[in-house]
Amino acid sequence: MLRYYLDDLSTRRRAVRVLYLQAGMKRMTTGRVKISGARNFLAHTPGLVRYGSKPTREIEADPSAEAYILAGLRSYEQAAAYLPNVVYLGGIQPDEMWDIERPWFTNDGEHARRHPYGEMMPEDEFLGVMKMSDDFDILWLEEGFNDVVREKLVAHPYWAEEDLGRLEKGVSLDLIEGQLGPESGNIPLYLRGGRLVGVVNRAHDLDASLFADILLENLATKAAAVMATKTLLGDLKVAADSIPYILNCGEEAVGDRYQRGGGNLAKAIGELSGCTMATGSDVKAFCCGPNHAIAIGASLVYSGLFEQVLVVGGCSSAKLGMKYQGHLSSDMPIVEDVLAGSAILLEKQDGEGATIRLDSIGTHPVGAGSAQAKIMEELVSKPLAKLGLRFGDIDKYATEMHNPEVTEPSGSGNVPQLNYNLIAALAVRSGQIERSEMAAFAREHGMPGFSPTQGHIASAIPFLPHAIDGITKGDLKRVMFLAKGSLFLGRMTQLSDGLSFIIEGDG
Amino acid sequence: MELQGKKVIALGERDGIQGESIGKVAKSAGAEVVLEVTHCFV
Repeated sequence: MLRYYLDDLSTRRRAVRVLYLQAGMKRMTTGRVKISGARNFLAHTPGLVRYGSKPTREIEADPSAEAYILAGLRSYEQAAAYLPNVVYLGGIQPDEMWDIERPWFTNDGEHARRHPYGEMMPEDEFLGVMKMSDDFDILWLEEGFNDVVREKLVAHPYWAEEDLGRLEKGVSLDLIEGQLGPESGNIPLYLRGGRLVGVVNRAHDLDASLFADILLENLATKAAAVMATKTLLGDLKVAADSIPYILNCGEEAVGDRYQRGGGNLAKAIGELSGCTMATGSDVKAFCCGPNHAIAIGASLVYSGLFEQVLVVGGCSSAKLGMKYQGHLSSDMPIVEDVLAGSAILLEKQDGEGATIRLDSIGTHPVGAGSAQAKIMEELVSKPLAKLGLRFGDIDKYATEMHNPEVTEPSGSGNVPQLNYNLIAALAVRSGQIERSEMAAFAREHGMPGFSPTQGHIASAIPFLPHAIDGITKGDLKRVMFLAKGSLFLGRMTQLSDGLSFIIEGDG
Repeated sequence: MELQGKKVIALGERDGIQGESIGKVAKSAGAEVVLEVTHCFV
């Protein structure tokens, strides 16, 4: 009897597939996968700002730029009290920002290190985590500084005593100074106040992929990703060794001269995070890498290949101080002084919490063209139409969430607002709202930008922890996450990219 | 603005108007577009 039923089911499935093919339609699953949790991470790294791409180039062209930059760096207390950082870590919700007047950088009152969705780690401890991320004796820390960092990390909830053996003993200041000099190719590590505390040594004399600047970037990315992972798994009380697969979605390029960007930082992150049973790989798609990774990870879970998939992205140290000239010329401190990370856990749905709808995924096909309105049509209008939803059925749209206080002083505008205006315009064009309602729609269904300008980290995913909380508590019903990637920056195509998905409560 | 016969450099932005779109508008107004570039400022 069962065999007859299966035969019949199989026949029906084949028939449905033929019907879809005849209609020229791709069959989409209607399944869901649970987004069990997401956590964000920040490290305040003013001492590394000088090594961001823009500051490095400006200092090279005019060495006096270094003093100008150093004079504009904030204290940890100021950065921890900074409203967008507090929102990123879940201290308050994005909508509350509407009622707090700008400028936000002048508020340096009360601050906290930890918030519901993550922490802001001070620069000394983060250099310690970078050292623990180093398997090749690339990064040396001065011994006295190393001791202080060890004492601090002992008290950290997500580092165990045995992990701290990776810090080793540190080296003398003389040894560090001996590694430096214009011809050395090594990079000194300073704290905000100017104290020399370490050095990043190049790993090869001739291979540019293993020069100190690249290794500094990769170690910082690995460290931020590990901290985001440890925060997520620790907060959710998920055993690290239960994770079977990791997708890293950062914008770093790990490799050597024969395989530049060879990648799989995922496994390196898993190793230091204690995910001993995990394998993994990297998903690269510029800023929409995380959204692609979430869609792929959800598919791996839904297919049954893996019970859980961890999606993680580390920081973009190249973007430290990217717009410092605009900040300093506007009498602001340099607010691009933090490195960020994010981690997301996907699992089989269990009737609770937030789920990603696999039938909601919007893509930007090669043939769609790169005009902004066209991209938004593909990512927003089409998925909504396919699901029979209206623009107003999405409670919140999480798009490019860059903090406008970072971008506006240098003339780059309010990026989230530009995107919300376009979504509202599409709603007008579809006849779902009046033109006069655009501003109200953008405010109700959007939110102020609060993310640090950390590339892939700023694209949609900063709102994931907030959205999961809102859906679980019943404050939000449905949230769309749409991210875009500037593929043209790599000079291999003029195309852009994008991917969107909707999350809802289960059931 | 009279663009007929002028040479135009079209500098666009990903989250605003792309260089390609600016270029098309300039061409339709009779300009010669000598460069189209789209930047990403974030």
